[in-house]
Amino acid sequence: MELYELSIHEALEGLRSRQFSSVKLTQAVLERIAQIEPKTQAYLCVAQEQALSSAEEADRRRAAGADATLLGIPLAIKDIICTEGIPTTCGSRILQGFVPPYDATVIRKLRQAGAVILGKTNTDEFAMGSSTENSGYFTSHNPWDLERVPGGSSGGSAAAVCANECLGALGSDTGGSIRQPASLCGIAGLKPTYGRVSRYGVVAYASSLDQVGTLGKDVRDNALLLQVIAGHDPEDSTSADKAVPDYQASLLPDLKGITLGVPHEFFGEGIQTEVEQSIRQALDVMRSLGACIIEVSLPHTRYSLPVYYLISTAEASANLARYDGIRYGATDEQAREIWEAYRRTREEGFGAEVKRRIMLGTYALSAGYYDAYYLKAQKARTLIKQDYDRAFQECQALITPTTPTPAFRIGEKVNDPLAMYMEDICTLSLNLSGNCGISIPCGFVNGLPVGLQILGNAFDEVTILHVAHAYEQATAWHLQKPAL
Amino acid sequence: MKLDRDQVLHIAELAKLGLSAEEADRFTVQLSAILEYFELLDQLDTGAIPPTAMAIDQHNVLRKDSAGASLPVETVLQAPRTIGQFIAVKAVLD
Repeated sequence: MELYELSIHEALEGLRSRQFSSVKLTQAVLERIAQIEPKTQAYLCVAQEQALSSAEEADRRRAAGADATLLGIPLAIKDIICTEGIPTTCGSRILQGFVPPYDATVIRKLRQAGAVILGKTNTDEFAMGSSTENSGYFTSHNPWDLERVPGGSSGGSAAAVCANECLGALGSDTGGSIRQPASLCGIAGLKPTYGRVSRYGVVAYASSLDQVGTLGKDVRDNALLLQVIAGHDPEDSTSADKAVPDYQASLLPDLKGITLGVPHEFFGEGIQTEVEQSIRQALDVMRSLGACIIEVSLPHTRYSLPVYYLISTAEASANLARYDGIRYGATDEQAREIWEAYRRTREEGFGAEVKRRIMLGTYALSAGYYDAYYLKAQKARTLIKQDYDRAFQECQALITPTTPTPAFRIGEKVNDPLAMYMEDICTLSLNLSGNCGISIPCGFVNGLPVGLQILGNAFDEVTILHVAHAYEQATAWHLQKPAL
Repeated sequence: MKLDRDQVLHIAELAKLGLSAEEADRFTVQLSAILEYFELLDQLDTGAIPPTAMAIDQHNVLRKDSAGASLPVETVLQAPRTIGQFIAVKAVLD
């Protein structure tokens, strides 16, 4: 087995027993990146020198007798998260050349835990998209079929984990941007509860929905990463002041005493038959592990798409007002006065999808339309959240597909924004309710991975990690790797 | 809800977003189609429902206003146009 094929917990065993050093491990992954990157294009930037110097530092710490949760583990970071001294573009031309002067809290915590930052992964511009086709730089490719998308917006992180170009990764999830690419690439991806992880230093898309999360080769690796990044941060007033449980301890082998709900709104019309079959077979496995399966209802699910796109675009239109070409990033040199400079910088710097969402959001917030669109969406959001609250009185977690179909072809949906928005139909209501969710592989259709989504109550990551781990260990889907 | 081209240009001006003629045409069609789909929400009676601005209940989160270390000017100052340690902008007034 090559070193780059290891999971995080396997690599930690090797590092702790001195079978190999972090420098050797990091070099193996960097060589793998150099070899595979022309095919996947998962990275926007590889920070080779910084990575090797962090690996040397990790080896020194270990030689001096120290240990830490991720000491010497090379990781990839979605390019939406600020990294001191490593360019952060959010996949946008408007931030070309920007080098953050500080680390996001999650990066600071990863570094303290000894992690090695390999580089920054591709994303749809400002995390707006489901395929990385909206990146201002290039489209990443799905390692299972290079003609297909890896999903998005954390598509670079998902492709990098899948192709063994890192041991694990961070992403962000506003409407499914971790779970959907994890599903399409056949890996495990976790969106923690809103407020569980600090967003200080994470570039904002839709502030009431954004959450940083983890992508890994298996569930245990997600638990390890979450352990490090979770917790209250005085720098982020939306982060929750709640104790962080021991996530490793939650990884139990059976599901005795667990009741799982199956919301019928996530099945049937619009969901590919083979995808539904994979989920039904996974439910049989969970039943055999001791889980009690019941049917539940989330009756307002069909409204979640318009609610999500009204709220997220309204918030985005406000958040993206800061990109004016004055304090950082790209700017227009031709303009004679300031309003023209704003218009031209934003016209040249933003891609089509970002412009579309700024337009939608500005319209939804504009005088005369606020009540009909934005306020109406916020009220409907209450109903969607109440659906989840009711469901979690009957069961501890919900089981659904992560996406309606496996990975689609590059170019297939780029000219139809609404068809692209439908891609998130199974994931975005969870961001509206603020709860947590994880996607893990549960089968293949025509050689492409299918994702199983496990949704949990607020701050109950323990239960979804438990359910995901028990199912994963009873099956072998997570061990399948693409031929590259 | 159908948008016309003038409305699209008005929204773009509110957002200080330059659009090419081709983009204005394309967005008129695409945004109209998206807003028509959003009319689904009209089926929902939300008269007595309070709005949700944030999913997790938190109010008036404050921290101590204590001064910490500042970032060095040379790494913070990344403006495309600068004069010394100042950020330069185009004329605001005629």
